[in-house]
Amino acid sequence: MNLLIKGGRVIDPSQGIDETLDLLVENGKVKEFGKGISAPAGAETIDAAGMIVTPGLIDMHVHLRDPGLEYKEDIVTGTRAAAVGGFTSVACMPNTKPVNDNKAVTSYIITKARNEGIVNVFPVGSITQGSKGEALAEMGDLKEAGCVAVSDDGRPVTSSELMRRALEYAKGMGIMVISHAEDLSLVGEGVMNEGIVSTELGLKGIPWAAEDAATARDVYLAELTNSPLHIAHVSTKGALRIIRNAKARGVKVTCETAPHYFSLTDDAVRGYNTNAKMNPPLRTADDVAAVKAALADGTIDAIATDHAPHHLDEKDVEFNVALNGIIGLETSLPLSLKLVEEGVLTLPALVEKLACNPAKILGIDRGALKPGSVADITVIDPNAAWTVEAEKLASKSKNSPFIGLEMKGAAVYTIVGGKMVFKRN
Amino acid sequence: MGFKHKDIIGLQDLTREEIQLLLDTAENMKEISDRDIKKVPTLRGKTVVNVFYEASTRTRTSFEIAAKRLSADTINISASTSSTTKGETLSDTALNILAMKPDIIVMRHAASGAHHYLAQRVSCSVINAGDGAHEHPSQGLLDMLTMRQKFGTIEGLKVAIVGDITHSRVARSAIFGLTKMGAAVCLAGPPTMMPPGIERLGNVTVCTDMRDAIEGADVVMMLRIQLERQGKTLLPTLREYARYYGLNPGNLPLAKKDAMVMHPGPINRGVELSSYVADGDQSYILKQVENGVAVRMSMLYHVSGGELPTE
Repeated sequence: MNLLIKGGRVIDPSQGIDETLDLLVENGKVKEFGKGISAPAGAETIDAAGMIVTPGLIDMHVHLRDPGLEYKEDIVTGTRAAAVGGFTSVACMPNTKPVNDNKAVTSYIITKARNEGIVNVFPVGSITQGSKGEALAEMGDLKEAGCVAVSDDGRPVTSSELMRRALEYAKGMGIMVISHAEDLSLVGEGVMNEGIVSTELGLKGIPWAAEDAATARDVYLAELTNSPLHIAHVSTKGALRIIRNAKARGVKVTCETAPHYFSLTDDAVRGYNTNAKMNPPLRTADDVAAVKAALADGTIDAIATDHAPHHLDEKDVEFNVALNGIIGLETSLPLSLKLVEEGVLTLPALVEKLACNPAKILGIDRGALKPGSVADITVIDPNAAWTVEAEKLASKSKNSPFIGLEMKGAAVYTIVGGKMVFKRN
Repeated sequence: MGFKHKDIIGLQDLTREEIQLLLDTAENMKEISDRDIKKVPTLRGKTVVNVFYEASTRTRTSFEIAAKRLSADTINISASTSSTTKGETLSDTALNILAMKPDIIVMRHAASGAHHYLAQRVSCSVINAGDGAHEHPSQGLLDMLTMRQKFGTIEGLKVAIVGDITHSRVARSAIFGLTKMGAAVCLAGPPTMMPPGIERLGNVTVCTDMRDAIEGADVVMMLRIQLERQGKTLLPTLREYARYYGLNPGNLPLAKKDAMVMHPGPINRGVELSSYVADGDQSYILKQVENGVAVRMSMLYHVSGGELPTE
């Protein structure tokens, strides 16, 4: 199918483009862009006046729960949620059942995604076998099978020695290590950020130092081994300071934050709201300001959702036994667009964090709209007003703290490989 | 004025006037327990279910006596004999109890917030008999009633609370209640047991030296130290705890001459409280227990509408 996207504001930071243009897609590739392109015979035309046309958005941190935990989400519903949210690619974390620590699981994910998924799925393998933190996983195999990175997400590698070796070994295999940086002994039995709110609610707190200390360790190990390192879901002021300093002295570290870390504070936990429970936990207003500042100054390279679907039965319980995590694919774009409205980021800078940088970090051939590029494209209506409703979410799970809230901005067309996989009604 | 709440989950949710009303009613209820026939028909035909997910003798018995003195039918469910060991969720247990049409559920639960959760799911009244480290409102009310009986008012009192503040629901309810009623609260305890930001909850100051907290205090509340719950990293030994954070005849004179000594029980004699103090003239510990019944009668009465029977 050929496609002409007419008169949209095309933003492609990878080429420094931000102007009203037409974009022609042919045979799944970007053919050309320019002014006054007329539709070739048989091509469908999209009127994109007033819309933003960007390289397909990439969420480099999601949990698709497939294989093994399909009652929460699967590759079909998860990629559907991604498409609705404007994402043409997702990188899925390895904490499935079994853990994605071998090429059989990787191949299963890739095959199922190709056959039944509607957006690109890039698997992330585990750092250690079974994510148990004991022995390195076969990273060479994982890469060959299609993994774009390795991470023991949710179960940080506690041994510093093993983390050091993981960084060294991964460098040899040319695969990126993604760190979930939390000192688990400091986390202890904590269930929310430690501070005035945890004190008031009588809930066990997780101090910021749990994240800062682990971030510092991993940054030093990356420096020691001269290996690239990506820090997932950064939520504290201190961790950002550590990363900023490391970047300044040339450490090959990148990082992401999630929309909830710049949209909510630990105040959202009041009333024992289990949909405000995640790891790392929601922090203070001070941390939210620091996250925004780090987005603005480039310390934070990417916005990723940490989309973590959980069944109602796992959230509709006492706060301290509820599982950690919230879904995010369908609310990331409007929450991120708010940063533009607030003047934290320009639109091109936002597109960098939602598309170009994730592609660069993962080393995938995406995130650009150059002639010849794979035609992964997101067409965004920045003014679309809508309300988050549980029953309308494409994700199988509904664990979002944003349900009932008004959103501004939405993906109108999500195009993967030249094919329109989602169209907003 | 009436009492508007269906549930009593915490003193944080109540106004000064509502606390006043609960205390005034409790004062009136006391007289019933002094009668020869200790029963009034106020809650006749009402069913009160006591669900205790944590062991408790004092609080459960006190609620049961309170309900019985008001002529309610009471049933006790404790975690060891209930379905919880079969893996039933709190929600299912609650709905099953609700199907039996109770009027009031009195619950103790180890999870902070369990009562918020329950109250949102049941139509009957919920009274919190202690949730995790969050609140223990009946304890807070009985503490205040005991203080008011001696001093006539809570306004202007200096109350020292000493012990593990982090893990104490008693401390939180006391802080919310006392500061609302105009008392000044001074907290003391090892910094490993002092939760961050606690001084922002009202007229609260934090002292690292226990002597600063009790100096000139009208009331000294000692909290129970529970080594089994608090783990090994917070304290070296009970011996050292007793030396630095225990109340004994040596440091008690720092408080006002007629200061009250209080403790929510059960006491660890020789740890947070020396027997000389626990059994001494200034101890109001048994008075607290006595007031517990009156306060719980008041709570049961007010959540069930606070109407006197029409017959």
